[in-house]
Amino acid sequence: MSHKKHVTLSVNGKTEEFLAEPRELLIYTLRERLNITGPHIGCETSHCGACTVTIDGKSVKSCTMFAVQAEGSEITTIEGIGGPDNLHPLQTAFKEHHGLQCGYCTPGMITRATKLLEEIPNPSEEEIRFGMAGNLCRCTGYQNIVKSIQAAATEINAAREAAE
Amino acid sequence: MIPAAFEYYRPKDMAGVLSILEEHGDDARVMAGGHSLIPMMKLRMANVPHLIDLQDVGGMSDITIGAERIEIGAMVTQHDIIGNAALTAAAPILREAALQISDPQVRYMGTVGGNIANGDPGNDMPGLMQCLDATFSVFGADGTRNIAARDFYEAAYVTAREDDEVLTHVTIPMPNGGFAYEKQKRKIGDYATAAAAVQITKEGGRCTSASVAMTNLSDTPVFSTAAGGSLVGTMVDDAALKAAVAAMLGDIDPTEDNRGPVAFKNHVAGIILRRAIERAWSRA
Amino acid sequence: MKDEITREERVGNLKGMGCSRKRVEDARFTQGKGNYVDDIKLDGMLFGDFVRSPYAHARVVSVDKSAALEVPGVLAVLTAEDLAPLGLHWMPTLAGDKQMVLADGKVLFQGQEVAFVVAEDRYAAADGIEAVLVEYEELAVLVDPHEALKSDVVLREDLVAADGSIPDGAHGPRKHPNHIFTWEAGDREPTEEVLDNADVVVEESMYYHRTHPCPLETCGCVASMDKVNGKLTLWGTFQAPHAIRTVVSLISGIEEHNIRVISPDIGGGFGNKVGAYAGYVCSVVASIVTGKPVKWVEDRMDNLMTTAFARDYHMTGKISATKEGKITALKCSVIADHGGFDACADPTKFPAGFMNICTGSYDIPTAFLEVDGVYTNKAPGGVSYRCSFRVTEAVYLIERMIEVLAIELNMDAAELRRINFIKKEQFPYQAALGWEYDSGDYHTAWDKALKAVDYDGLRAEQTQRVEDFKAGKTRKLMGIGLSFFTEIVGAGPVKNCDILGLGMFDSCEIRIHPTGSAIARLGTISQGQGHATTFAQILASEIGLPADSITIEEGDTDTAPYGLGTYGSRSTPVAGAATAMAGRKIRAKAQMIAAYLLEVHDNDVEFDVDRFVVKGAPEQFKTMKEIAFAAYNQAIPGIEPGLEAVSYYDPPNMTYPFGAYVCVMDIDVDTGVTEIRRFYALDDCGTRINPMIIEGQVHGGLTEALAVALGQEIAYDDMGNVKTGTLMDFFLPTAWEVPNYETDFTVTPSPHHPIGAKGVGESPHVGGVPCFSNAVQDAFRPFGNRHTNMPHDHWRIWQTANKLGLHD
Repeated sequence: MSHKKHVTLSVNGKTEEFLAEPRELLIYTLRERLNITGPHIGCETSHCGACTVTIDGKSVKSCTMFAVQAEGSEITTIEGIGGPDNLHPLQTAFKEHHGLQCGYCTPGMITRATKLLEEIPNPSEEEIRFGMAGNLCRCTGYQNIVKSIQAAATEINAAREAAE
Repeated sequence: MIPAAFEYYRPKDMAGVLSILEEHGDDARVMAGGHSLIPMMKLRMANVPHLIDLQDVGGMSDITIGAERIEIGAMVTQHDIIGNAALTAAAPILREAALQISDPQVRYMGTVGGNIANGDPGNDMPGLMQCLDATFSVFGADGTRNIAARDFYEAAYVTAREDDEVLTHVTIPMPNGGFAYEKQKRKIGDYATAAAAVQITKEGGRCTSASVAMTNLSDTPVFSTAAGGSLVGTMVDDAALKAAVAAMLGDIDPTEDNRGPVAFKNHVAGIILRRAIERAWSRA
Repeated sequence: MKDEITREERVGNLKGMGCSRKRVEDARFTQGKGNYVDDIKLDGMLFGDFVRSPYAHARVVSVDKSAALEVPGVLAVLTAEDLAPLGLHWMPTLAGDKQMVLADGKVLFQGQEVAFVVAEDRYAAADGIEAVLVEYEELAVLVDPHEALKSDVVLREDLVAADGSIPDGAHGPRKHPNHIFTWEAGDREPTEEVLDNADVVVEESMYYHRTHPCPLETCGCVASMDKVNGKLTLWGTFQAPHAIRTVVSLISGIEEHNIRVISPDIGGGFGNKVGAYAGYVCSVVASIVTGKPVKWVEDRMDNLMTTAFARDYHMTGKISATKEGKITALKCSVIADHGGFDACADPTKFPAGFMNICTGSYDIPTAFLEVDGVYTNKAPGGVSYRCSFRVTEAVYLIERMIEVLAIELNMDAAELRRINFIKKEQFPYQAALGWEYDSGDYHTAWDKALKAVDYDGLRAEQTQRVEDFKAGKTRKLMGIGLSFFTEIVGAGPVKNCDILGLGMFDSCEIRIHPTGSAIARLGTISQGQGHATTFAQILASEIGLPADSITIEEGDTDTAPYGLGTYGSRSTPVAGAATAMAGRKIRAKAQMIAAYLLEVHDNDVEFDVDRFVVKGAPEQFKTMKEIAFAAYNQAIPGIEPGLEAVSYYDPPNMTYPFGAYVCVMDIDVDTGVTEIRRFYALDDCGTRINPMIIEGQVHGGLTEALAVALGQEIAYDDMGNVKTGTLMDFFLPTAWEVPNYETDFTVTPSPHHPIGAKGVGESPHVGGVPCFSNAVQDAFRPFGNRHTNMPHDHWRIWQTANKLGLHD
């Protein structure tokens, strides 16, 4: 027997409250309880990164965290990064530069990349490959993912400079 | 993928942690970042009926750099280590090693305490801490005990920490000299095929002290007194390097696994140690 | 009105053939709005998952469900006993064998399904699985197929008669209880005659290790039986949805018109999602029994340990040549390890797939191939992982044999290839083992490739490196890997290619709407190849409507015309052809409509990009958009209203893409670590539909080749335990391990394909693996290496160096 816990989270700007068993993994909270199916499951040993979200400013594999652990935190998934009326430069760049094929790794990949570009606004190719090493892709061979991230970085930096 | 059911606790202080540990004994375990424990629970290889989350217990997330020693709280993450400029200036080997642990996401969550206390021979921090002659502070019902890293590891997943004690912080005497953490792995993010942590000092062209620890080449990290000793007094020339490697090989006991057979691991251990010493020496 | 816009602009606006059109799929995938199987949620949906055997070979003595049924939320625990009355405890495989759905008296591989627990949610299902008590009696394990062919241990007791005799298998007589088939191609006696009398002959044995396609999304399904209407809907990770529908109909007894199979978005296939798995069958049964939808999605360990593996071919090649290097004969013998059941996804007449393409790109006058399939205590299969059936094995064999022959002749391996290439004028070329290669210009491609990498310069650098190594100046060797492959894709002509009796044609059905946009449905299903983007491009060029106005739909068997699905390269050759042919039917009717509207004879108008113009009077024209409306608006004598067409295309032949790859690699002999310094890939896939997508396919295929060649394996110990069942040990490279690739191309259209296209998705994998492997082998060639088996992970490379004395 295990006692359910009351959990409050903010997901993509919206407050969610629910009762959960402690063993409920955050990835299932997102996908099944909240119908946020962008983050995906590709393994059960925390290797593939398809489940990557941003929690309180950190890139986290949501399959390796219990919902109860995330109590009180702010979570951003791909759905919160951009949509049809306000695409993020990464979303545009991935399409422009063919950074995806089957799309399964893409939500985790883009979500991680948003954080990488906050950590390193103008990353070298080596920094991109190192910084994205927690996200596996089986389709693209990564070359166009690197290109996409570089293109997005250029655009974001240009916009930032223009704003200053 | 789905763990067994368990009770979850999030105490606000150490007293709360200890009372749960006392009440449930073996059935209770603490969790820091969860990135070693949760995967085991998902595979149902670790059974934890009572899980104690440490994240609300204060006082374990600081990095304090004193004149003679560095104190790192158990809940400090690898990401924190990498990003702390003062720490990198004081003990650069820590950042060099942390960057070679797992991947960016895991480094955001994985803690120093977790990496040290787990007892998994593949973890990188244990050997590193032995190289640095660190002391681990564990807190239990009878207060704090300080255990030398070099005395902490008994067998795979078996350490000197009792089940009802919690690792709270790590104390590292201020290191000096050259440093290197050299790690061969099958791919980025993997545990070591072989890894070596080296701190070495130089005076007048000769080695005045050397500290060598090896990782994932035995069922515990291996601090090789003999390897370090064989470098002292030498100019770290080819003969000294060979002697250090030979000494180290006498202390490790690798087993065959997917990374390769014993002969391979022994050979690579020697290569990795040699490169680590050379690099550390060049920085000394 | 005179047209302000140029012809060139009109072509550009279509975004048809040849342009790097951006993908229409990307909108949903980059916004997290894909629809994959595990995203599906239905009211009242239940979850099913398996109790799996920890043993590789054991009798199942008893299965105690009682504790599991007590777990709150668990509704049922199915075993073979429960499926037997429905005849579903076994199912047919795609290779003419049969396979247990749930363990029937025994288990044959670690992870085999023993019971299916159905519960209200994942948590109860997981707890229920833990509570099922199975008693096993362990049996002796066979993991070596050579041993299996000699052993007294019988794996498939169901395939041995009561009197101990061995009945024939699906492919003919069997010589041992653990033997599956013998398959031969070519001429044994003439070939052996030449080999025995040759000036130069070499023999080499090589193992193409067992690996696994490992797409990022695992296999799964949702089965939903509507008892009110008697209709079954099955969503799933199916690379061949129509074939699944037919198979489910045959084994369940539900008629096909009452079964709807839907492949939603699929997160990578690579061959892993072609066949039928126990999870699909059990979910269907559970849904029928409970009257509720049932979802099954496997874990990664389940996927790696039990779903269709690839390769596991023990090959011996023997090749002869004149002293000048002209190849005179090739013999190839194979022991094929199929695991516990032959679940290979091959056309029925080809139990060893197209292994008989193993004469490769070379003009070899006589050849012979023999393949023996064997049962072992491993997962059943195998599938073609990003290749045509068994072509990775065939190409690896010949691209290794040519290197071994070069060593024997003391010749440069690039030159040896050039001497033996099939010449351009020899196409269509009748290969010794039966295939007719459609077109190729190998010499041009090879010269282009070698020039691009400055081959002579590389060899000079390598020579210097060997000297430096011997002088003790470096511990890194340099390898130059070469590969010139010919793929055989686009299965295939119905007369010799069928799967379970279903001919391997494919199809396209197009409907044009009144206001000038269109929908086309195909019998294929993309798992990332971009069909929604590229097939619209084919149509845009054929029918003159913009690609952006054409929706491409696949995967719903209620609406899509019948097809055999998408594996890795067959879609463009077969469905792409059907698309072009259906487009031409549309255009033929459009021509008549245009002629009527322009009040001229049918033959007085001609098609020009996006319109029909009156010959000699181009200012008189009707656009396709106008014609579309007219089809719904005009009453044209002799012409039905509407504008639609369907084509089922039976390809007259396979297509033969080819390529020239060069890899430059540096190897640290002390650690076994490899660095890929450069990889150049020239691909000829005939007509190029979308260069951006082609490049992406090449990057992806080469990366999977890198993985397979440098470490990705499904390894077993002597007890049949899987040693590489998680992503810790099953090597999937990250962005850090993968180099930047240089891609290049030549264009040699297929003469028999309507748009001359050949397909490209598989080529980089087929040609890439031998290229990476040859780089390693080449690095050690100056020190006496002839062949060393893959995978070339650190410890094996180290071992090679060690055996060659490079550590002394």
